Amino acid sequence: MTDQRSQAEIVRKSLKRRYRTERRFRLYGILAIFIALASLFILFADIISKGHTGFVKTTITLDVTLDSGMMYLDDPTDLDQWSSADFKAPIIAALQAQVPQAASAAEKRELGRFLGTFADSEIRDLLTKNPELLNTTQTIEFPTHDRVSVYVKHADNPQYSIKLSEQQQLWVDELLQKGIIDTSFNDVLFSRGDSREPANAGVLGAIVGSLLTMLVTLAISFPVGIAAAVYLEEFAPQNKLTDFIEVNINNLAAVPSIIFGLLGLAVFINLFGMPRSVPVVGGLVLALMTLPTIIISSRAAIKSVPPSIREAAEGVGASKMQVVLHHVVPLAMPGMLTGSIIGMAQALGETAPLLLIGMVAFIVDVPDGLFSSATVLPVQIYLWASSSEQGFVELASAAIMVLLTFMIIMNALAIWLRKRLERRW
Amino acid sequence: MTKLYKALTTVTLAGAIAALSAPAMARDTISIVGSSTVYPFATVVAERFGRNTDFATPKIESTGSGGGLKLFCQGVGTQHPDITNASRRMKKSEFDMCQANGVKEITEVRIGADGIVMANSKEAEKLDLSLKQIFLALAKDVPNPDGSNELVANPYMNWSEIDASLPNIAISVMGPPPTSGTRDAFVELAMESGCKQFPMIAQMEDEDEDKFKTVCHSMRDDGPFVEAGENDNLIVQRLAQDPETLGIFGYSFLMENTGQIQAATVNGVEPTPEAISSDQYPVARSLWFYVKKAHVGVVPGIQEYISEFTSEGTWGDNGYLVDVGLIPSPRNERMRIAKAVKELTLMTGNEL
Repeated sequence: MTDQRSQAEIVRKSLKRRYRTERRFRLYGILAIFIALASLFILFADIISKGHTGFVKTTITLDVTLDSGMMYLDDPTDLDQWSSADFKAPIIAALQAQVPQAASAAEKRELGRFLGTFADSEIRDLLTKNPELLNTTQTIEFPTHDRVSVYVKHADNPQYSIKLSEQQQLWVDELLQKGIIDTSFNDVLFSRGDSREPANAGVLGAIVGSLLTMLVTLAISFPVGIAAAVYLEEFAPQNKLTDFIEVNINNLAAVPSIIFGLLGLAVFINLFGMPRSVPVVGGLVLALMTLPTIIISSRAAIKSVPPSIREAAEGVGASKMQVVLHHVVPLAMPGMLTGSIIGMAQALGETAPLLLIGMVAFIVDVPDGLFSSATVLPVQIYLWASSSEQGFVELASAAIMVLLTFMIIMNALAIWLRKRLERRW
Repeated sequence: MTKLYKALTTVTLAGAIAALSAPAMARDTISIVGSSTVYPFATVVAERFGRNTDFATPKIESTGSGGGLKLFCQGVGTQHPDITNASRRMKKSEFDMCQANGVKEITEVRIGADGIVMANSKEAEKLDLSLKQIFLALAKDVPNPDGSNELVANPYMNWSEIDASLPNIAISVMGPPPTSGTRDAFVELAMESGCKQFPMIAQMEDEDEDKFKTVCHSMRDDGPFVEAGENDNLIVQRLAQDPETLGIFGYSFLMENTGQIQAATVNGVEPTPEAISSDQYPVARSLWFYVKKAHVGVVPGIQEYISEFTSEGTWGDNGYLVDVGLIPSPRNERMRIAKAVKELTLMTGNEL
């Protein structure tokens, strides 16, 4: 009796301490979540604060008179004249008409520096397509040079250095007031490939490259992964060989991705003689990388199908293959899809293996097939982040936002599929 | 469910076919690899070339000078690159490797110069360094400070310990890794020249060249020198944050970031384009690219690309590469090289 009472006494005494440890334990959990959320928030805030200006472009809109005399181009069909024509002269003349005080040759040259590098190419392309426009006046929108763009967007941001002279700044201010220089939504970002000039650079090439690469990855890793998982789970005999394969698949999932790049270089490029920098090779390498993830998650999905379903199917006389294809695989499909989508999202963000197979490259043309040179989104971000022009800082952050959007869509799709198709028993 | 089964087989087969049909395809895009220092110049030329001609825009990979030459010398055939950029001259060993792999006809093009600067944040004191001081600050082993004739592990941790005229702050320098051409050039131009100024080491050059190279080319690894990766932009960002740190990188990065950083003068010379091209500034190096002649005419546009690169409007005194930070070669040399490029003059191996 005394014994029991003393025991109850001990419990009561320790109760306070035990409650306290439990509260502390919960607090640790909340703290961990808080730290995770805070770092996520800081990351997003940093990217968005740096990147939102990347979605804005600075343009100069001018009424350009395409005067044949000024361009030394009387006859647009004459190729010699064409190659020696001065397509920049009419633009500078139009710009100078807006800033009449810039009259000397040196000042005109200074004005010309407001324009992006390819302003004259734009006029030439326009005249190539529509030769009848010669000697007419056209309203054309040109991208500004990086220097002007930085001044217009970031004049009071100490992180940027303004490289316009005071004279030039005055002119830009004047043009801004007149509405000649203006900012608008950066559609170039979504309609062009890479460029060395921030005003002409876009992520379209990288997005198409990523899609082509992911297509190859999906076409290979999904069927192979599921076939492997079904065989291992449903048909493989329990023996040492199966164990060995299982251990290896699990190990493969933890192999650093750069190793897969080395493998791709040795096998696909050096042995099979496939070209460098193409989405097919990139897709194959990433498929190898995602395979273990898909196999492991598919096996887990198959395992979670209750044995009663198999037994019932077998009970009504279904063959082993019918059991698997008619019942087990369809029921496990949500889990398999989720695993595959998460694997693909991982592959979408991968750069290291692509470095070795040449997909980290300056590629301007938007890829038009599985065998044309391409790069992918994360690589584009890396390339821009290491460029010296100031305009690429905001573009890199903008590209990160595009990539994150794709990631969020893919992960949301995975969650939606799971919610929608999941069956509970 | 046979439908699912069929779909699965079709996709697998399609994938397998795509994977195994190794196409020895003809390429219509010029493939360029090589130095990360030449990359900003080559990409500007390539983009213009793609925009202003009917040829596809060349594809440029930044692999570092050594990596580029290795890829370039692997053989002839469209799976190998056509041109490689380098921020140092091809080595004899690399030329031999090319020859051994059948890359026998190579044209060498020197495109201009680039200076290597040591810069720090504008908030910090502007430094005036001599090559000797740079060597003492960054070498692994230095002559014993007490004046005796032996080498000791680098004891200097503060700039002021090297010379009283330098500020009393800890030595902290960020520089490129050994794979980088910038590092090769820095070691050769700055470290070796500083190193030679010690009589005991200069003497070593005649007696034991290997040992001389080891002493002069070894950067210290005890902390004050940090390898910062190929990304020069990151170095610039770090410098802006930490005024006590110096960074080593190409002149073009200094030019792009004059708002945040300033360069130290070396031997009293400010790194300006004039000083670099006239060799007054001691840490300047030449930039090159190498063309595989066997690919000219096979991959369309190579000849046109290199003549665009070597035209006055591109690499001349008022060319557009100057805006990106290239320091042009003297005019008569440009003319000579442009002519050699036109005729695709081949390397003999003796010039190296």
